[in-house]
Amino acid sequence: MALEGITPVLSFRLVDMEVFINGIGNISPQRTFDNSMFLEEIVKHEGLFLKCIEPDYNEIIPKGVLPRRLSRSLKIGVTAAALSLNDASVIKPDAIITGTGMGMLADTEKFLTTMIDNQEKFLNPTSFIQSTHNTIAAYIAIMLKCNKYNITYVHGSLSFENALLNAMLLLQEKPDNSILVGGVDEITEQHQEIKSVNHRFKKELVDHLQLAECESVGAVPGEGSTFFTLNAKKNNNLYAAIRGLEIYYKPGNLVESEKKISEFLTRKQLSADGIDLVIFGLNGDLDANKIYQHLQNGLFKNTNQAYFKHLCGEYPTSSAFGVWLAANIIRRKTIPDIIRLNGPFAQRQFRNILIYNHDRNVNHSLILVSETV
Amino acid sequence: MSKRIYVTGFGIITAIGDNVDESLHSLVNSNSGIGDISYLDTIHKQSLPVGEVKHSNEELAELAGKEDHAQFTRSALLGMIAAKEAAIRAGIYPQIPDDLRVGVVSATTVGGMDKSEIHYYDYLASDRFRIYVDTHDCSDSTEKIADLLHAKDYLSTISTACSSSANAIIFGAQLIRNNILDRVIAGGTDALSKFTLNGFNSLMILDSRPCRPFDQNRKGLNLGEGAGYVVLESEQAVGNRKTYCELKGYANANDAYHQTASSPEGIGAFLSMKEALLQSGLQKEAIHYINAHGTGTENNDLSEGIAIEKIFSGSVPFISSTKPYTGHTLGAAGGIEAVISILSIIHQVCFPNLNFENQMAELNFQPGKKLVTDKKIEHVLSNSFGFGGNNSSLIFSAC
Repeated sequence: MALEGITPVLSFRLVDMEVFINGIGNISPQRTFDNSMFLEEIVKHEGLFLKCIEPDYNEIIPKGVLPRRLSRSLKIGVTAAALSLNDASVIKPDAIITGTGMGMLADTEKFLTTMIDNQEKFLNPTSFIQSTHNTIAAYIAIMLKCNKYNITYVHGSLSFENALLNAMLLLQEKPDNSILVGGVDEITEQHQEIKSVNHRFKKELVDHLQLAECESVGAVPGEGSTFFTLNAKKNNNLYAAIRGLEIYYKPGNLVESEKKISEFLTRKQLSADGIDLVIFGLNGDLDANKIYQHLQNGLFKNTNQAYFKHLCGEYPTSSAFGVWLAANIIRRKTIPDIIRLNGPFAQRQFRNILIYNHDRNVNHSLILVSETV
Repeated sequence: MSKRIYVTGFGIITAIGDNVDESLHSLVNSNSGIGDISYLDTIHKQSLPVGEVKHSNEELAELAGKEDHAQFTRSALLGMIAAKEAAIRAGIYPQIPDDLRVGVVSATTVGGMDKSEIHYYDYLASDRFRIYVDTHDCSDSTEKIADLLHAKDYLSTISTACSSSANAIIFGAQLIRNNILDRVIAGGTDALSKFTLNGFNSLMILDSRPCRPFDQNRKGLNLGEGAGYVVLESEQAVGNRKTYCELKGYANANDAYHQTASSPEGIGAFLSMKEALLQSGLQKEAIHYINAHGTGTENNDLSEGIAIEKIFSGSVPFISSTKPYTGHTLGAAGGIEAVISILSIIHQVCFPNLNFENQMAELNFQPGKKLVTDKKIEHVLSNSFGFGGNNSSLIFSAC
């Protein structure tokens, strides 16, 4: 353990194993629920936040499997999970692991405001029941009649990363497992309003597709539900491998942060120049962007750079959208121009893609998505 | 298990005490912490008994060694107090200069709801309470604990309803077994809130009297609040320092039956106990004490009881729920009851199931009514079951 202010002697390292993405389900503010499409059409949203483009649920979840009145976040959660398992041809996974930063926001707000407004009287339990953070993982288990390992991580902007790490550890212990892992967060009007007062989100309308040019305080909020079916082995629906995951907390300064990233890449026998693409969690917030800009103009100045939150908005588990993006770029050997941050992209194959995301310079994450040999 | 996981420290704060010594004293003397609400500002003050920690936030901040109580949610304060006690007992607070990788895995279900439910409409009206928008997040209390203990190599927060902190201990063990960390402070914290009190009340599963787990006439649970943490370490990290016991087995299973109700046959409960036993390598006869989930609800005690009978067919060991002492502390329950299980091993005692009178018609066993002090306690099974069918079991063993 390090003494305060001194960089740890032993660099903190997460699992070095490879896990394979064999299935994906992604419901996001873009038309991503159809795995045969890949950002060919871009949806421009008009409001203060980006909401999911939802599929016809009845086409995906057989009738009668789930209660009729499900909240929107439950629908996007359970459906993306089903899409991912279908995609990987897995009927019942060996673990269901979810991450959610904000939890079941709409139901939480509903129960909370009703309780306050009614002075704790005449309360209906439905929204309370659906407000618990593990509701989505629970409904997935009920839908699949799956009695296996089931857990929900709620560690802010690292909720998906926590879930992903847990999946990797389980696969290290049990290589025959198929694991369903995903991140879900929903946005509501109330939440947008509160977080804009708090300067986390923008108060003013902006063109979210021009997020990289934003110079005001606050992010543009969004939402999404992105699930992956992971195995220690490839199957014939392989997208890509997750070759590395690292998170770090409250780095002292930009130099320390840069060092963490370089060391991570070195451990993977890579370098900032050597990777084919870096995807930043750039979210339009002036302060947050400073850190990305430092890396854009420094460590990664000779690297192809991309971003994604102009497509899905900012939410705690949005790095899962980044992984979806990277996995598709690798599998399809194509890169949508809409995500370009510098460039034009040098013509090259995309073998190693790094996703770097941070929240308030407190929680940082690095996910390396790679082509498999 | 391929690698042994040792417990080198533990800490607890609940309605029955601010620390381990006070809690042990209450447990041994059958002193329940359930009573009238005095700190939570709710209309249910006179009607619903709870297990409240008998301190204002100002007093809790003092216990945590913090000056400005208003910066912290009650969950964060409770968490810091218990986690700090655990770290002190393990000899890692104040910080010792080694190069081990240390992290915090903490559980909570309410997060900063205690502040949000007071200031929710203020958030838009003024800047004054803006700080609580950020402390609402479940990761907030985890960060406060990590900062306090300088345990910053990996932070994680888990929320699986009432099994949350058992899962935090399980994930902590996974992180050590897979060489991600050498030492983990794991457990959970949950403060009482109007949100949860009214939520459970709307489900009509709160008893207006002190709860009676495993009693034929049980009428529901009492909510409680508190925090419980253990310090888990790898064999190498322990070196020649003191160990209290070993986390010998653990398992997480899902009932996959209903969002809030347990299956009648207790399938998730059965699986989590069975798999924890399997992992520990112990025979069922080796378990000397079961610290049951035993909430006192109609549903939980029946399905847990049936699952226990199925596992321990005919020879159910001493079993008790300690929720009549602490109340049901939700996301903290797994951590708090882990500490109680560890105390059982260290002091060779089994704590009684308070308020029990009549055996359940459906079950062939009764919970233990009297304190047991003359038995060898080597292996203790602790159950934590929750909404969403999230069921987890831990086995602690003397070492």
